[in-house]
Amino acid sequence: MFEIFGLPSQALFGQLLLGLINGSFYALLSLGLAVIFGMLNIINFSHGAQYMMGAFTAYLLLQYVGLGYWASLVVAPIVVGATGIIIERAFLQHLRKLDPLYGLLLTFGLALIIEGLFRNTYGSSGLPYQVPATLQGGRNLGFMFLPNYRAWVIVFSLVVCLATWYAIERTRLGSYLRAATENPVLVRAFGINVPRMITLTYGFGVGLAALAGVMAAPIYNVSPQMGSDLIIVVFAVVVIGGMGSIMGAIVTGFALGLVEGLTKVFFPEASNTVIFVIMAIVLLVRPAGLFGRAV
Amino acid sequence: MNIAVRVAVLTAALVCAGTIAARAQDRTVKIGVLSDMSSLFSENSGPGSLVAAKLAVEDFNPAANGLKVEIVSADHQNKADIGANIARQWFDVDHVDAIVDMATSSVALAVNELAREKNRVLLVSAAATSDLTGGKCSPNTIHWSYDTWMLAHGTGKALVAAGGDTWFFITADYAFGQALERDTTAVILANGGKVVGSVRHPINVNDFSSFLLQAQASKAKVVGLANAGGDTVNAIKQSAEFGLTKNGQQLAGLLVFIADVHALGLEAAQGLVLTASWYWDMTDGNRAFTKRWRAERPGRFPTMVHAGVYSSVIHYLKTVAALKGDADGRTVIAKMKEMPTDDPLFGKGVVRADGRKVHDAYLFQVKTPQESKYPGDYYKLRATIPAAEAFRPLKDGGCPLVTN
Repeated sequence: MFEIFGLPSQALFGQLLLGLINGSFYALLSLGLAVIFGMLNIINFSHGAQYMMGAFTAYLLLQYVGLGYWASLVVAPIVVGATGIIIERAFLQHLRKLDPLYGLLLTFGLALIIEGLFRNTYGSSGLPYQVPATLQGGRNLGFMFLPNYRAWVIVFSLVVCLATWYAIERTRLGSYLRAATENPVLVRAFGINVPRMITLTYGFGVGLAALAGVMAAPIYNVSPQMGSDLIIVVFAVVVIGGMGSIMGAIVTGFALGLVEGLTKVFFPEASNTVIFVIMAIVLLVRPAGLFGRAV
Repeated sequence: MNIAVRVAVLTAALVCAGTIAARAQDRTVKIGVLSDMSSLFSENSGPGSLVAAKLAVEDFNPAANGLKVEIVSADHQNKADIGANIARQWFDVDHVDAIVDMATSSVALAVNELAREKNRVLLVSAAATSDLTGGKCSPNTIHWSYDTWMLAHGTGKALVAAGGDTWFFITADYAFGQALERDTTAVILANGGKVVGSVRHPINVNDFSSFLLQAQASKAKVVGLANAGGDTVNAIKQSAEFGLTKNGQQLAGLLVFIADVHALGLEAAQGLVLTASWYWDMTDGNRAFTKRWRAERPGRFPTMVHAGVYSSVIHYLKTVAALKGDADGRTVIAKMKEMPTDDPLFGKGVVRADGRKVHDAYLFQVKTPQESKYPGDYYKLRATIPAAEAFRPLKDGGCPLVTN
């Protein structure tokens, strides 16, 4: 066994893997944000609240309907995505021609309201949710003990991220969507219902947040403020990756998870600051973000 | 309306308002509940403390004692500067006489200095740092429910005695976590154990896996969690996932509230050993209080912080009534130390010269899902720590009020 920076290599590999797992949450969440911003030009500040709603929906489905984790993985994103569609129809569509700041303020306000409602109903200390029976336990990798559930998280979120990227960048539907962002009038002239497409895209982005919420429920405390704790970091990830860049969001999400994981080993006190330090540096050197195009 | 009439009306209005205010002022006691109303500690203190304070006022019956009591509350968001600003405004502008609850050690230490400077009353039930009755003790402060010394000795001593003689700490990186780690380390060393390592994490983090991995690598027999609220819940939840206890390590939650156990579920929390100074299901008095409290906070159970707020407000109001009128903060606190305490939740007790309220503490173990018979049936009593041993001996705290 050899040492890296005075740390046994085994411990370091373990920490790197954990960083990747946390990164997969960042990636999933920032992916949803990037989709919404890239396609709709809305800075969706209620993303954290929608992630929290995903986790709560999973809890409520189990508690009152008897649906377990696997069913929640499908049902919760649909339910929360539907609330997203309502929000888009009721509020966001009226803001489309205004400065993106209005959307930011609206979604920020919505996030506060949603969080307040959940806090009022369920309290702030959280609710229990177990790891699904099939994924309990773990395996010894030699350098660390890897819980099966975490392995599942990393694989599944990678699949979801890449599938989303493929759907938007490589399919016909994705090309309609990107064209509608560039020139909605022209796309409409080809007989495509642009407003409906935009509504569905917002619903999809919100669904992604809810999906991340369901995946977080067994390992993080399911509480109303779970989203607001995370959303600021996720915004930093999106800024570093470049606003609206799908691949940028995915790659930066995983990379920053790694950086944060390493910080937790060498200087744990700074682990919740390091991402913002990187954000400041990136903004100084490349204001459009690592993968963004200059605007 | 001409100008003369306007001036006359305005003057009359102001004079009336002035007399009413003056009349109200000399009979009104104003109590401020300063707490975390919305974030990770709000379930253990927060809105529940406001309810407890209101119940205390109700039971005290101010009208019969010639007093009028008003309660205000605010959210300090766990930030020392915000907390100090609110307290300053309460003292200077709103004429608040006493601040109760006072969650979060870092904020409590800041307000502690402010209450001393402004000569008001601070009754701490929620913050834990034992410095409040140690080096930072003040003639304006009483520390009520529990402190880090009590937690460290209750849980630390019991676990070392049971063979857990090597420890690794996962500590929240602020005043409370550091005080708890320090106090527990002292207990471990004094009882022949040793601390093999520790890691400091920022408050309110989501993911503990990295710290848990470090704890696993340390091979310590006991992993001590010197944190609170949502942080403790996340750490315990994830340690189960990483098989910490299955691999022979024991987890010690140094500050676990009943709300945390509720959040974890018995499946994840069972077997956890913890120290507390109050449990809702111990006496008929506690159960009666809980029933009234739950009418305002359905689905939840009161913690030792809520009980402490109730008990401290009762004792404070009794003292103010006994002093008959406008005594300053220091005089009230001195009288509170002089008078024995007596209330349905903590029974009879005393407040020491250093500001420490003294009562029994209990070592509990969280029940298994099979043992729990009804909602909130979470703890079984393992040992009672008598009042005389539950808190740091008066002479060891280094409080200047004691030596002088």
